[in-house]
Amino acid sequence: MQKVFARPATLRETGFHFCPGCHHGIAHRLLCETLDHFDLQEKAIGVPGVGCGVFLYDYVAIDTCEAPHGRATAVATGIKRVLPEHFVFTYQGDGDLAAIGIAEVIHTANRGENVTVLFINNSVYGMTGGQMAPTTLLGQRTTTSPSGRDHHNDGYPLRMTEMLAPLEGVAFAARVCLHTPAHVKKARRALQRAFEAQLDKRGFSFVEFLSACPTNWGLAPQQCIKHIDEKVLPAFPPGIYKDTGAGAGQDTGTEGE
Amino acid sequence: MSYIVIKEAGCKGCSYCVLACPRKLIGIDQSRINNLGYNPAVFTNNDAAPCTGCALCAEICPEVLIEVYRKRKKAGGRK
Repeated sequence: MQKVFARPATLRETGFHFCPGCHHGIAHRLLCETLDHFDLQEKAIGVPGVGCGVFLYDYVAIDTCEAPHGRATAVATGIKRVLPEHFVFTYQGDGDLAAIGIAEVIHTANRGENVTVLFINNSVYGMTGGQMAPTTLLGQRTTTSPSGRDHHNDGYPLRMTEMLAPLEGVAFAARVCLHTPAHVKKARRALQRAFEAQLDKRGFSFVEFLSACPTNWGLAPQQCIKHIDEKVLPAFPPGIYKDTGAGAGQDTGTEGE
Repeated sequence: MSYIVIKEAGCKGCSYCVLACPRKLIGIDQSRINNLGYNPAVFTNNDAAPCTGCALCAEICPEVLIEVYRKRKKAGGRK
């Protein structure tokens, strides 16, 4: 009998604090698998932003440095410039990256800093109690948009991957989702490409993970999968938006789904 | 026969694995709760349509609680 699937070595045995059905756990596992894949446990430095992903240091057995709200990419820039041989990544939610930290992430991408950004987009402020985020879908009910997001008052959902991909400093930009096993496999491949971009010193790499927040969406985990298929994917189409690496577009495309 | 092991103590009953299993070998046990207070997922192998070790359940488990053991293929058998 052959063991074909087990916890990655970098992921500690601690149970996650995440709510049932939250996709942060899958994102953590993919991160750890990719760190193990490139043998980076000794030289990786993670910078978790503020949000549900803040306890990254409890789960991932690498060095981490906590950043003030929204400033994870700025902190990562400093770490990478001082320690250029280390692998530096940030792990941020949509409130952290797309709202308070949007200036930092755009300038980090535009400078082409050689860091990797993992962006968890669950279209709501998860940790603080379900307020409307820049990525909240039109019509989505949150605690601060109780009758649904209205573009007359609140604007439109912010598409970070599309926004960052055209910048010249960006080496890799992709949006992936985590709600079916097939999508998880594609997400793993996209994350590997993003890691390769940093390891090849090609510049800024960005992976957006579409994630479920059953608690703040007010849906059961099974209903979240349907919600992602019907509502989230049309608003946030997954795919590889930029890949400057060799062999780009061969086995990474998630377009046409 | 391939099989999986679910560490039930950490299961939060999200049932993503139940939806993922192509052979419907995983169910939520409504008759008991674990220490976290959730109905855990349980695996029951079926002789007629046994687990193939495809690992789709493990791929989707947000708590990373599933280990998959796949039966080695016989030499010269179907790949």
